Amino acid sequence: MSETIKNFLYLNRKAPYGTIYAWESLEVVLIGAAFDQDVSLAFVDDGVYQLTKGQDTAGIGMKNFSPTYAALGDYEVKKIFVEQESLDERGLTLDDLQHLVWEDEDEDYAEKDSIKLVSRAEMAAIMDDADVVFSF
Amino acid sequence: MPIEVNGKTFETDEEGYLSDINAWEPGVAEVMSKEDDLELTDEHWDIINYLRDYYEEYQIAPAVRVLTKAVGKKFGKDKGNSKYLYGLFPYGPAKQACRYAGLPKPTGCV
Amino acid sequence: MSTLHTVNKSPFEKPSLDVCLAHATAGAGVLLIEDGVYAATKGTAVEDRVKQALDSVKLFVLGPDLLARGFTEDRVIDGINVVDYAGFVDLAAEHDKVQAWL
Repeated sequence: MSETIKNFLYLNRKAPYGTIYAWESLEVVLIGAAFDQDVSLAFVDDGVYQLTKGQDTAGIGMKNFSPTYAALGDYEVKKIFVEQESLDERGLTLDDLQHLVWEDEDEDYAEKDSIKLVSRAEMAAIMDDADVVFSF
Repeated sequence: MPIEVNGKTFETDEEGYLSDINAWEPGVAEVMSKEDDLELTDEHWDIINYLRDYYEEYQIAPAVRVLTKAVGKKFGKDKGNSKYLYGLFPYGPAKQACRYAGLPKPTGCV
Repeated sequence: MSTLHTVNKSPFEKPSLDVCLAHATAGAGVLLIEDGVYAATKGTAVEDRVKQALDSVKLFVLGPDLLARGFTEDRVIDGINVVDYAGFVDLAAEHDKVQAWL
């Protein structure tokens, strides 16, 4: 069987904690990262809330899984697209989100930004280009 | 099956992973390794401590290939390969090192 | 008769908050919990509607749910009271009944 690299897009549209989708998506991404594919993450609508910094779940007795997003770089997930319009509608800016990076081994582990802000039109093109879209 | 460490009982799941990561103490790794007839050296502890630090920071146990790469970066390129890790932990870094470290089975380890 | 309404859905995901506000009578209490707390944050597309609601109902937001989502009290719209779980209980006791908008 020939190895075909496919372009997988994980589409995240739900806020964390209120439903299980955000955590489920993250787990699938981490598991799927074992299968050398071209992986991108898209955060649209309430999905952008998953990336807010300073999450503290001590008061609600749930596992705080926001630190796990910082591990995505280790799992070779380097393309995280966040929709600008979704941030705007929620009164958020890039500064409200975690600073996610990946390390470039070829450049002495230089840290590079994983998050890229894109417009709704650009996001539509990213979705069009994907071979497979996993929706959460 | 629960394990006994220094007179204390630690609950484990059916695969032998500690039920409560926060309950862990070094004695847990000592007892688990004895059962596997393995003598823990400083090299073993480097990996076990690294795994605990990784979990503390990211709230997950790293997949084996993530661990391999990280060990290479932290402890030297010559150690960043599965041969080195399997040399230390014959049953595999996930099955053995994570278990000794009190972590759950790694995410991405099917 | 005064009612405490609870809304646990994001205002961007479901119309629960709008429907709640359309049915809440003057003087009622509306407590935002879980994903409903996003409606209490400043600068959102629903901020004007939420501020308008403050003219007729009392708005509250559950602090622990805000913190879990990375928002501190300074991000909350002025006029909305942040309460903890004990405050939730007090609100429930002060009102005649609790009506949930899911």
